[in-house]
Amino acid sequence: MNVLYLVSMIGYIVLAPIFGLVLAGLDRKVSARMQRRVGPPVVQPYYDVRKLMEKDQVTVNKVQDFYVFCFLLFIVITGCIFFAGGDLLLVVFTLTLANVFLVLAAYSSNSPYSQVGAERELYQMMAYEPMVLLTMIGFYLAVGSFNVSDILNGDKMPIVTMVGIFVGFLFILTIKFRKSPFDLSMSHHAHQDIVKGVTTEFSGRTLAYVEIAHWYENIMLLGIVFLFFCNGTWWGYVIGVVVAAVSFFLETFIDNSFARMKWQVALKSSWVVSILFGLINVALLIWVF
Amino acid sequence: MSYSTKSPWIIHYDGSSCNGCDIEVLACLTPMYDLERFGIVNTGNPKHADILLITGSINEQNRDVVKQIYEQMPEPKVVVAIGICATSGGVFKKCYNILGGVDKVIPVDIYVPGCAARPEAIIDGVVKALRILEEKSKALHNKGGKVQ
Repeated sequence: MNVLYLVSMIGYIVLAPIFGLVLAGLDRKVSARMQRRVGPPVVQPYYDVRKLMEKDQVTVNKVQDFYVFCFLLFIVITGCIFFAGGDLLLVVFTLTLANVFLVLAAYSSNSPYSQVGAERELYQMMAYEPMVLLTMIGFYLAVGSFNVSDILNGDKMPIVTMVGIFVGFLFILTIKFRKSPFDLSMSHHAHQDIVKGVTTEFSGRTLAYVEIAHWYENIMLLGIVFLFFCNGTWWGYVIGVVVAAVSFFLETFIDNSFARMKWQVALKSSWVVSILFGLINVALLIWVF
Repeated sequence: MSYSTKSPWIIHYDGSSCNGCDIEVLACLTPMYDLERFGIVNTGNPKHADILLITGSINEQNRDVVKQIYEQMPEPKVVVAIGICATSGGVFKKCYNILGGVDKVIPVDIYVPGCAARPEAIIDGVVKALRILEEKSKALHNKGGKVQ
């Protein structure tokens, strides 16, 4: 059994960027079609990263590159823990640590854009962190274990008793995927009120690392969506993969349908959703189910 | 093959343009012409950009700004002067405050004249700039050591 988890971990390291870049490419393509444009080729994110690798690097200070590399490293470690069937709480804490490195990287330069971006990134973390924790607690209450391997082979589908938590998780997924209306700190779209937010001062290879980390992170988050539908049978896995794909394109749809909101709205709405759907569902899991 | 030509990101700076050429630059990015087909993204950030599009001529006020944007862009980079004002100063050439075209302060690779330059002409200019970008990218790699 342990060998299987090792294989899935290595599979994640190798395959996640490939799936991630295709998803990112499809996202751009679908967005373009929604705006009646032709859009770039699906492998455009790959071209972008290769170009950034080729480019000369302008670094504000040395420590910035180190922070961004740590961001990439800890995102990969997060995914490895998840795909090796590890502890979900550990996944959350490592993910938070990774994001802290990104914030530090943004803070390490004096540019007002990246400073404001870093502050907004912190607000976003405040917004989504409670719901992420509630999701993990929900998994424990529904299945009886924090381990991904136990949830994967559990005898009942977590979604049955976790519908509210699933809705709440989809809500904060918008923040995690950096989609409108909550793409405050860094947007994938061209112009923003704070230029490129967190990544304004990154260039060349450093920016490529951020993009690759984003691919890894997306696959890991879709893995959590997948986990809601696991009951140890093959059709549970099929439903999981389908719902994960649908939820990704739902986020693309939301991205194109909403304008960017202020950080106050992001914080308030995500906390309201966390309490309304997450906390009530957790209470139900404790006392009813 | 250089990947620079597959994903050229642009930054657009309005020197002292009348906004005629600026509107045409933005028109290139709209669904009608859709430059994103070629991976072209308007970044608005010199550190992410490969191509600098400048509209309008250079005057005393924006001389340092243009120089600074150019210096902040990482190699390889190309400059496209759009519109007759950016090319030579146009009708404003002899104004007391106008220094002339963009080439008075930074090296320009492609000139796209016109008043205002049509989107087709701008796209043609950018495509020509891509060829120069590829050459510069190759030259940079042959020099070695500078880029990993």
